[in-house]
Amino acid sequence: MDLKSNEKLDIEYILKDLDKYRPRRRGWTWRSGTGQNRQIGQFEYYDTAEPLKQSQPLPASKGFGFIDPQPENVITTEIASGRFEDDIRRMRMAAWHGADHIMVIRTAGQSHFDGLIEGTPQGVGGIPVTRKQVRAQRKALDIIEDEVGRPLNYHSYVSGVAGPEIAVMFAEEGVNGAHQDPQYNVLYRNINMVRSFVDAASAKKVMDWAKIAQIDGAHNANATAREAWKVMPELMVQHAINSMFSVKVGMKKENICLSTVPPTAPPAPCMRLDLPYAVALRELFRHYKMRAQMNTKYMESSTREATVTHTLNLLISKLTRAEIQSTITPDEGRNVPWHIYNIEAIDTAKQALSGMDGLTEMVEIKREEGELADKVRELKERAVLFMEEIIEVGGYFKAVEEGFFVDSGEYPERNGDGIARKINGGVGAGTVYEREEDYMAPVTAVFGYNNVAQYDETAVDNPSKLIGGCTFEDPDKIIFIDELDENDNVYTRLEESKEFRKSSKVKPEMEWAGDGIIQVTLFLPVEERVAEFAAIEIGKKMGLEDVEVIHREIMQEAEGTRIEFKGKVPFTIDTDKLVIPPKPEIMSDDEIRAEIEKHPMKIVAGTVGEDEHSVGLREIIDIKHGGIEKYGIECHYLGTSVPVEKIVDAAIELNADAVLASTIISHDDIHYKNMKRIHELAIEKGIRDKIILASGGTQVSNKFAVEAGMDVGFGRGSNGAQVATFLVKKRKEMRDEN
Amino acid sequence: MSRPDNFQERRKHLADLTETELEERFWQLAEEIVEPLVELAEKNTSPSIERSILLRMGFSSIESKAIVEGVIERGLIGKGAGHIVYRLAKEKDMEIREAGLKLAEGEMWDDVMSIFKGGAN
Repeated sequence: MDLKSNEKLDIEYILKDLDKYRPRRRGWTWRSGTGQNRQIGQFEYYDTAEPLKQSQPLPASKGFGFIDPQPENVITTEIASGRFEDDIRRMRMAAWHGADHIMVIRTAGQSHFDGLIEGTPQGVGGIPVTRKQVRAQRKALDIIEDEVGRPLNYHSYVSGVAGPEIAVMFAEEGVNGAHQDPQYNVLYRNINMVRSFVDAASAKKVMDWAKIAQIDGAHNANATAREAWKVMPELMVQHAINSMFSVKVGMKKENICLSTVPPTAPPAPCMRLDLPYAVALRELFRHYKMRAQMNTKYMESSTREATVTHTLNLLISKLTRAEIQSTITPDEGRNVPWHIYNIEAIDTAKQALSGMDGLTEMVEIKREEGELADKVRELKERAVLFMEEIIEVGGYFKAVEEGFFVDSGEYPERNGDGIARKINGGVGAGTVYEREEDYMAPVTAVFGYNNVAQYDETAVDNPSKLIGGCTFEDPDKIIFIDELDENDNVYTRLEESKEFRKSSKVKPEMEWAGDGIIQVTLFLPVEERVAEFAAIEIGKKMGLEDVEVIHREIMQEAEGTRIEFKGKVPFTIDTDKLVIPPKPEIMSDDEIRAEIEKHPMKIVAGTVGEDEHSVGLREIIDIKHGGIEKYGIECHYLGTSVPVEKIVDAAIELNADAVLASTIISHDDIHYKNMKRIHELAIEKGIRDKIILASGGTQVSNKFAVEAGMDVGFGRGSNGAQVATFLVKKRKEMRDEN
Repeated sequence: MSRPDNFQERRKHLADLTETELEERFWQLAEEIVEPLVELAEKNTSPSIERSILLRMGFSSIESKAIVEGVIERGLIGKGAGHIVYRLAKEKDMEIREAGLKLAEGEMWDDVMSIFKGGAN
């Protein structure tokens, strides 16, 4: 399917004939075209990958010819609103902004589900990862990757008590990346440790066959420990256990990625704490890939604060390395991430990494001596000591039983608050069975003892030969289950949201089609608690439903509080009934020049009032910025803080065709007041019907400017061509009238 | 267990190691820790592993679950669920899928038991 950039993804098309869909490839894809310098726009970049065929550049790219350099790092976004059909649209937006690793979070509780879930039930804080949903999303990503021109990696979780089955389903369905770390099961999901490791080996073997990139789970220790910066030695141990276990099972080091997070955040002196750790880790694991995650441990509800922390995390990635740069949405401290914040997080990564392009050509880490060198050594030694003690107490399982892990002390310090699990406890305890001498599995990618030889000596290296090939060789053998629940499925949800997909009706949306959610930011000049309850009332009076305060920040205890709240609008807007003014018409340069040649034009311009801003007006006028001078318009620039009387008098004296008044300061509507005054003066002095009055500025709206007596108002983003077009047309109109 | 930070005391035997030696020690220890875990995984199986094998043999998740439950109930999981299906098909000259579906529906287990001599090896 060829998707046009101005056309919406068709979810019905994606769901059609899913039983016949086959993934177009297996395995992980890194960005191409890295390791070379590249000219993009006016700049030479050192650390970029192939540009995208179509993309959404950063807002500030406007000043640089809308370039959209793509960093070398794969950029991850984590998406899961509970409805996979809505997540697909978010995936498209994410890909356009530069994400190429789309990670799908699983619904709460899936890790304890003993088996595969089927169909498309709605999830909580994620989606139930099923064959149908995986297939639909992979199919959608195929369409989207063709559109942006870069392969998209699709990723979810191979953990819980159904790890091996999920791994097989992922291998069959062309999933490209997955979390797999038995320690995660043991420590955070209380799944029996023996079962976890036995299952993990089988799952990893399958992942290796499908070349699925593996991400471990060590970063969770960071998010769980009371004082996250103290678990650094342990984090290295956890990474080592999963990495070495994976290698022993047969996984290639290049497909093993360490999930690593800078442990701390400001106001802690986080760079000084996090950088030595990042260096130590990358040295110890030099043959492995780094998946740099952003800090979540110290996230509160301020999206601004999170973004700054995450930018510092990106600096660490840049100074060290991160083959995969993961992103955390800045609203994760408030709610399940919204569309707009996934995009913000991706842009934060793209923006910071583009901005730091080539930084290591000029800046390098003081590795050889000093505080960092000492700290790197110390961390490595602490990690070695940790492992020595694991062996001393009798191995990994014993160490877990003794609560070695996620202790808040910086090893070898111990605070006795680690997570301890029993070897015969947890979910799935007692479900591991010894393979007998004749144990046999006639399929591809089996880990461990497999007595195939009892049936066919020649099938030992290819056990599925016994059954004429398994699903890995013959995907037609896969049994596709469509739906199991007649109520909880995608079709009933699509029926409910049909109005918002198939008609001209629109509702605001943060996560699901037609959810109606909006967010309001306001300041209330009262103390925090009063502000919170006042804000809820404001939301209600605005007609919103389910009003909830999602962020509060004290400006000053007595003077007031910043509040952000969310609520749902109960109405819909019919876009067919909107009266949308046409986009400003722009004449061609030649047309304007011809008109000015025939009827020369003179204008006076200045920033009026007590206002020293000059940049905007200079851009409209100056020839070097593509301003109106280039058409031959004679411009008399009076400067800044020009009294309104002076600008009108100058217009009379020069017999100008037009006045261009720039007004940036908008406090107390001073900009509209000044416009009104210019208009009145022009009437008083008898020139109003002979002169064009135009105003411009970042806070100027055409509607209000015209109400204030102007002929036109130019807002943010206006340019010389628009202004010249207006002047030429308006003068022609006035000539025709007279 | 609580313990103060006795790092300076404990590190004495590491102090003279070069950076390379220290890193080698790190990886030797990692290997030593995981080796028994790998061996454990080689010699054992679980319901999820067996279901994952049946999936690869062309059964759905629901069918796989039913077959593995039957295998565990009869003490045959140590032989491998895929093995049971394979052998039944072979002995009775059936298609793999046909044999598995019979087992998933609770049929032909007596045949399985006689083939595998009541579970005894």
